[in-house]
Amino acid sequence: MRRLLLGVLLLLAGCEQPPAPLYMPDGDNYPEKLSEWGMLQRADGFIALITEALPYDLNTPLFTDYAHKLRSVWMPVGASAHYGEAHFDYPLGTVLSKTFYYPKDAQGRLLLNEQDDRDPQRGLELARVQLIETRILLKQQHGWVALPYVWDEQQLEASLEWAGASRDVRLLDAQGQTQLVTYQVPDANQCAGCHEERAGQGLNPLGPKARHLNKDFTYAEGAHNQLQHWQQQGRLQGLPADLQGVPHNALWPAPRPTESLEQQARSYLDANCSHCHNPTGPGRTSGLLLDPATTIGIRYGLCKQPVAAGKGSGDRRVDIHPGQPDKSVLMFRVESADPSVMMPELGRSIVHTEGVEVLHRWITSLAGDC
Amino acid sequence: MRLAPLSLLALSVLLAACGEEPASVANLDFQKDLQTQLIKAKPGSVIEIPAGTYQLDRSLSLKVSGVTIRGAGMDETILSFKGQKSGAEGLLVDASDFTIEDIAFEDTKGDSLKVVGGKNIIIRRVRTEWTNGPASENGAYGIYPVQTENTLIDGVVAIGASDAGIYVGQSRNVVVRNSRAERNVAGIEIENTIGADVYDNIATGNTGGVLVFNMPNLPQAGRVTRVFRNRIEGNNHPNFGHKGTPVASVPAGSGVVINSNDEVEVFDNDIGEHKTANVIISSYFSTGYTDLSTAENFDPYPEGIHIHGNRFGPAGDSPDHLELKALKISQFGMSGRLPDILWDGYINLDILVDGKLPADRAICINNGEAGMINVDGPNNYQNISTEMADYRCSLPPLPAVKLASAEAGQGA
Repeated sequence: MRRLLLGVLLLLAGCEQPPAPLYMPDGDNYPEKLSEWGMLQRADGFIALITEALPYDLNTPLFTDYAHKLRSVWMPVGASAHYGEAHFDYPLGTVLSKTFYYPKDAQGRLLLNEQDDRDPQRGLELARVQLIETRILLKQQHGWVALPYVWDEQQLEASLEWAGASRDVRLLDAQGQTQLVTYQVPDANQCAGCHEERAGQGLNPLGPKARHLNKDFTYAEGAHNQLQHWQQQGRLQGLPADLQGVPHNALWPAPRPTESLEQQARSYLDANCSHCHNPTGPGRTSGLLLDPATTIGIRYGLCKQPVAAGKGSGDRRVDIHPGQPDKSVLMFRVESADPSVMMPELGRSIVHTEGVEVLHRWITSLAGDC
Repeated sequence: MRLAPLSLLALSVLLAACGEEPASVANLDFQKDLQTQLIKAKPGSVIEIPAGTYQLDRSLSLKVSGVTIRGAGMDETILSFKGQKSGAEGLLVDASDFTIEDIAFEDTKGDSLKVVGGKNIIIRRVRTEWTNGPASENGAYGIYPVQTENTLIDGVVAIGASDAGIYVGQSRNVVVRNSRAERNVAGIEIENTIGADVYDNIATGNTGGVLVFNMPNLPQAGRVTRVFRNRIEGNNHPNFGHKGTPVASVPAGSGVVINSNDEVEVFDNDIGEHKTANVIISSYFSTGYTDLSTAENFDPYPEGIHIHGNRFGPAGDSPDHLELKALKISQFGMSGRLPDILWDGYINLDILVDGKLPADRAICINNGEAGMINVDGPNNYQNISTEMADYRCSLPPLPAVKLASAEAGQGA
C-alpha cells in the first residue's frame, strides 16, 4: 500500500497541471491537503504560483524569523476587488496564499538573508529552498477563514494543521554565523489573533492593502506597479487615477530616496505592530496605538507609561523616551526573544536586528524629554 | 472553477485512511488535541480535562463563545507550562459566555489566564501559580480579565505573579470573591474598572494586598469599587515588580492601596500586619510620572473614598521607601508607628468649595480610632498632618454589583 501511495504522490508531484483553483464561498469542509487548493504548480524542479493567481509583495513586510514569503491572490473568474484606502473589498471566494520558506545553499544549509530569490518566470527552485508552511486566507460568506498548512520534509505536500506546528531551523547568515530558530507555525486561533484587526469584526487580510501594495513588482512580463497591474488585469476597481493620492509605506530594507527615517520606522511599526495596536485591535488594552492614523504623541507611546506590560516593561518607565532608545520599553520588547516579553507576541523566535536598528535610530533622533 | 475537487478529496481520504493516519494519531499529543478542541469548539461545548499533570510548550487560545473548560480540580488537573517556547500567556480567551473551572495553570512564561473583551465570564476554582515562589522572572498576571463585562471570579487561588495575582483591567461589573491571592506583588488589583465588588477574599504575603487603581491613556476610567469582608494581612513582601508597571510604586507592607480611582468603599475588612500602612490613598503624582505622561482628560486624584468599619491590626512600624521611613522616625520616633491610613495629600484645587472638597468627592474616614496621616506630597512633605477633623465624614453606600451568575452561585 505504501509503495502505491508513494507512486501516487510522485505522480502528483510530477503533474504539470494542478487541479483548478478551489472556489469555496461557503462550507467548512476545508481541504486537508494544500494541493487541493490548486494555487501552486510544480515543473522541472520549480514550484510556482498558477498563472491565474497574482503574485505580490509588500513595501515593508512583517518580520517572521527571516522566512521568505511567496504571496498570491486569486479571485474567481471575472471577479475583482474594490479599492479602499484602508482596506480592499475582496470578492467572495478570494484565496490569498502565503508560502513561508528559507533559501538553501548548494550544501543544503538554510540561509538568513532578505534577498528576493524568486525567479519571475519559474518561481522557486525546490532544490534551493526549504518550504515550511503555506497559509491560506479564504473569503467566505461569513467572513475570512485562516488555514495553516505545514509542508512535509520532501516538499511534496502540505497538510492542514489546525493546531499549528513547531520546527527547529538552523540559519546561516552572510558572516557565517548560525542562528537557531524555533519556527512556530501558528494555530488557526493565532492566525486570527493577528488577522482580527478589529475586535469582533472577524478576520481581514493584513498585507494586501493599498499602502503595502503600492510598489513595483517584477512580473514574468517585467516590472510594474502592483496596483496598476491588478487594475490592468481586471482585478482591482476604483484605483485613483493618480497614484500620488494612494498611500505607500517605506520600502524595506532600502527606503526610496524620498523616504525619511520617521516614515521607515512608522512603516515598520505599521507592518509589525498595528494589526494589534490600533484603536479596536487586541493591543488596544495597552493604550498604545501604532497604526498609521495615530499621530506621534502619548498614544503612539511618547512618554507613555506602560499599563500591563509586567516584566515586559524591562524596568523602563515609558514606551518611547525621545532620544533614549535604551530607556524605551518599545526597544526592550523588540530586542527580546523571550515569549513573555517580546513584541510582537507571535511570529518570531529571534530578534530582527535590522528592524531594531531602524527603530533605535529613529528614537535616538527624536527631540524632547519626558 | 468548481465547487469541490472530488477526485482529490477522495484521494486525500484514501491517503489518510491507509498511510498517514496512524502516524498522525501518534503525534497528536495532549497539547495539539486540546488546542484543536478549542479551535473546533461550538457554542455549548464543554471541554473536560481529566485529572493529571500536562506539560505544554505553547499557549492555548479560545475564540468561540459559549464554551466551558472544566478540569477535575485545581489540584488535580494541572497544565504546566514550564519551559514554554511560545505565546505570551497560558490560555488566551477572546470570547463571551465563557466558564473555566477546577483547573490549574502553573509556570506560564507570561500571564496565566487572560480573557480579553468578552461578556459573562466565570472563572471558578482556578489556580494560577509560579511554583518557584515569588520572582521577578515569573509571568505578570495570574487571573487576568481585561475589557470584560459581567465577570465572576470565585474561589480562585493566585500565587507568585510578578505583577498581580488577580488583575481585573478596564472591565465593567465584576465580582471577585472567596479567593486567595498570595505572594504576588499585588494580590488583587482592580484597575480602570467600573463596578467591582471584592469580598470574602484572603490577600496575604503580597507586596500590596488589594489595589484599586486608575491608569491614564486608557479608554475608560474606573470608579465604584467595594472592598469588604476580606482578610488582608501581612502583605510585606519586598516589591519584585518591574519599573514602569503600576505596581512598582507600591511600598512593601501595604494592605489596601487606592490610586487615582474614584468612588471606592472599603469596609468590614480585617486588615493588619502591614509594615507601611493598612490603607494607602494616593494620586497618580505619587507614582513618579509627570503631566507629559497623561492625556489631558485623565483625573489623577482619588475622590469619593470611604473607609469605614474595618478592623485594623498593627501596622506602620517599618515603612518601605526612604521618605516614608524618615517621616515615620521624625514624626513618631524609632519605636512609633504610622497611622493606619496614609494619604499623599494631592487634591484637585479646581473643584474646592470654600477650601474643601465637595461632599461627594471627599475622602471620608469613619473607622473608630483609626487615624490618617496626610504626608503633604504636593509640598514635598512640608506640612505633614494627622488632623482628622476634615475627614470625619460618611458617604452613601455604593451599590452592589449585580451578576446573574454570582447570585445563583453557579454558571448561567
